[in-house]
Amino acid sequence: MFDLFGFFNSKPSTKSIAKERLKLVLVHDRTNCSPELLELLKEDILNSISEHIDYDPQNMDIKITRTRDDESGKPVLVASIPIKNMKR
Amino acid sequence: MGESIVITSGKGGVGKTTTTANIGAALAMEGKSVCVIDADIGLRNLDIVLGLENRIVYDIVDVVTGVCRIKQALIKDKRFPNLFLLPAAQTKDKNAVTPEQMKELVEDLKKTHDFILVDCPAGIEQGFKNAIAGADRAIVVTTPEVSAVRDADRIIGLLEASEIHDPRLIVNRLRVDMVKRGDMMNVEDITDILAVDLIGVVPDDEEVVMSTNRGEPAVFKDNALSGMAFRNISKRIMGEDVEFLEFDVQESFFEKLKKAFSFGK
Repeated sequence: MFDLFGFFNSKPSTKSIAKERLKLVLVHDRTNCSPELLELLKEDILNSISEHIDYDPQNMDIKITRTRDDESGKPVLVASIPIKNMKR
Repeated sequence: MGESIVITSGKGGVGKTTTTANIGAALAMEGKSVCVIDADIGLRNLDIVLGLENRIVYDIVDVVTGVCRIKQALIKDKRFPNLFLLPAAQTKDKNAVTPEQMKELVEDLKKTHDFILVDCPAGIEQGFKNAIAGADRAIVVTTPEVSAVRDADRIIGLLEASEIHDPRLIVNRLRVDMVKRGDMMNVEDITDILAVDLIGVVPDDEEVVMSTNRGEPAVFKDNALSGMAFRNISKRIMGEDVEFLEFDVQESFFEKLKKAFSFGK
């Protein structure tokens, strides 16, 4: 049967669920950094920059990852925070 | 002087042994002299996958303990002039070989072969440490499942810690139909997460099961997609620039529409 309902429902595909879950668990695996600690870290970073910068909270991304550029293979903290305006 | 490559994955059952057998055979078909070592002591399997299980006299433990010379233990694959197997011991355990002995053994074999492929046991314990001891580089095998990818990530970290840099990734058993439906991670999703370079993608293929049943590597089959994938991997190992196979994994029109209609995550 043609899946008309499935066509309009907005359930994420199982692969995106897999990807999201993996990303979360790997943060923990790679650094022994719990999700709570990462949340705390995020808050602190945002608190300290919000004094100077008006940022876009919708499109920002703060994560612990491994980069191809870093030869050592050590995890890095990557923060991508779109700037709306500098506060003066 | 040859080059040694360890084939590892962390998780069991993702296809390390099949991969080792097929890449070994493919390299031999290219005219290279290849020695495949089964480092999974106690759970010997590379011999049966290659169809050489009836020809074993001596094994790796016999070699490192001096019971026999390397040459006596090597089994020559009659189908290829240049493929040799050093089988694992079946009655000993993972501690029967030390990392130092492994290193020495691999160094010795490098003098007489172009490539030494080491089939690593699953896990991250002593067996893993032994298997990677003599490796110049590493190939990490994973499948598009959360458990396999997670373990691959762990293994990549451990390889790095053991000074084996820049491992290459094989995504094994990719189900193109499921990727199309959005129900399986695609290759990009996986390389994205693991942040390592790809050396090959092997589609899920019944031919691999059937070839293994017969004890013949799938690379024998000219028309098998999996065999082609393994042949391409072996060419990339030799330094050739081979394009990745297209498995027709473009998202279908409906998938795209679905995405357009679903807002947020």
